[in-house]
Amino acid sequence: MARRYDSSTTTFSPEGRLHQVEYAIEAINNAGTAVGILAKDGIVLAGEKQKLSGLLAPPKGSEKMYKLDEHVTSVVAGLTADANILINTARVAAQRYIYTYQEPMPVEQMVKRVCNYKQSYTQFGGLRPFGVAFLFAGWDEHYGYQLYMSDPSGNYSGWKATCIGQNNQAGKSLLKNEYDESVGVDEALKLAVKVLVKTMDATSASADKLEFCVLTREGDKVTLAPPRAHMPWSSPATHLSWCVPALPLVAPSASSAYCQGRRSRRSSMK
Amino acid sequence: MDTVMGIVGDGFCIVAADCSAARSILVFNHSEDKIVELDGNKLMGQSGPQCDTSNFAEYIQKNMTLYELNNDLQLSTHAAANFMRRELATALRKGPYQTNVLLGGFDKSAGPSLYYLDHLSSLQKVNFGAHGYASNFVLSIFDREWKHGLTLEEARAIIDKCIFELQTRFLLSQPKFKLKIVDADGIREL
Repeated sequence: MARRYDSSTTTFSPEGRLHQVEYAIEAINNAGTAVGILAKDGIVLAGEKQKLSGLLAPPKGSEKMYKLDEHVTSVVAGLTADANILINTARVAAQRYIYTYQEPMPVEQMVKRVCNYKQSYTQFGGLRPFGVAFLFAGWDEHYGYQLYMSDPSGNYSGWKATCIGQNNQAGKSLLKNEYDESVGVDEALKLAVKVLVKTMDATSASADKLEFCVLTREGDKVTLAPPRAHMPWSSPATHLSWCVPALPLVAPSASSAYCQGRRSRRSSMK
Repeated sequence: MDTVMGIVGDGFCIVAADCSAARSILVFNHSEDKIVELDGNKLMGQSGPQCDTSNFAEYIQKNMTLYELNNDLQLSTHAAANFMRRELATALRKGPYQTNVLLGGFDKSAGPSLYYLDHLSSLQKVNFGAHGYASNFVLSIFDREWKHGLTLEEARAIIDKCIFELQTRFLLSQPKFKLKIVDADGIREL
């Protein structure tokens, strides 16, 4: 019965559903998991890198984490090509805001801008919705640290901790049990690892498949960085010991490549 | 011909303007209010022909209200000043607004601030300012008397000195002045 009402994105079904939007949300459930956790002194974003082929050239940037402005970053789950369009929309919106007001765009306004754009693809034009879900993490002077999730319908909501992509239900239930809003970024990072390990296949979880971004403030400046070496990873093996024996988290190739990639980009941007 | 002055003190900002609306040799009105209240904590003193001042002021005011409704947030004085400057700059090479503005505001985080904008879309954050012919007379008084952390009485005294100077030495008769103050409690007339 749904078949008759699901080919056009702009038609309701008799039950009052937009099937195309729901199918878009389904598409995201096949994508690599992404986690966002609000800590009391920052926000942790983590993502699972899905390696499609050993022949792929090492990525120059990240396929999951995108910086939208100096004070906002995002992690993506879903169709990368669709995500690129929306990321660009967000970046342009952020710069336009600074152009007009000489102030960084409040995080919720940026999220709203992207979501309104997504919504227009569910109401007119006859084009399919974007198959992307975002976790936006940012800091502004109005509401401090904020974490938002948005989906193809154009709805968004603020979260303390959430998870999108593959196995996100498992991730969310773990977060529900273990999230503690009084912890700092270091603890939140450990929780993020735990969540990703749970949502990934137990056999395939390894450090080079994870990437992280931590948003904190130093004085007046918002900093976006991978977890730094000084963070107390006292016994890193214990975090992954139950899935991959003796693999320390911070050291190995790809996560440090990610660190280096981002670090050098950041320093060259200065 | 319009006199607009402003001064920043300790936790407040005063904007003063004369009350004569006139063009050429005709005085339209002796009790014109040239200081527009943009949302609860910003004052905009304007000089220029009424068509441009009222047009510009209403445009800015309505845009600021729209921003507040859409975003549940009030624009900071700094953001409002830059927004105004952007509008003036865009219009400059199409159909310029012939209006000079002194924007005084109070923000919880930044405290009191005064911005000087002119019709060519200059923008500068200042401690005191004046537009029009009056600036020739009063800026030197401000230069000498202004100091950081003025009390209300001190600031009032300085403005009174400026008004006295204008009424003594300025060719045009401007018998009446309106003073408005913005501080943590909002806007009121002095």
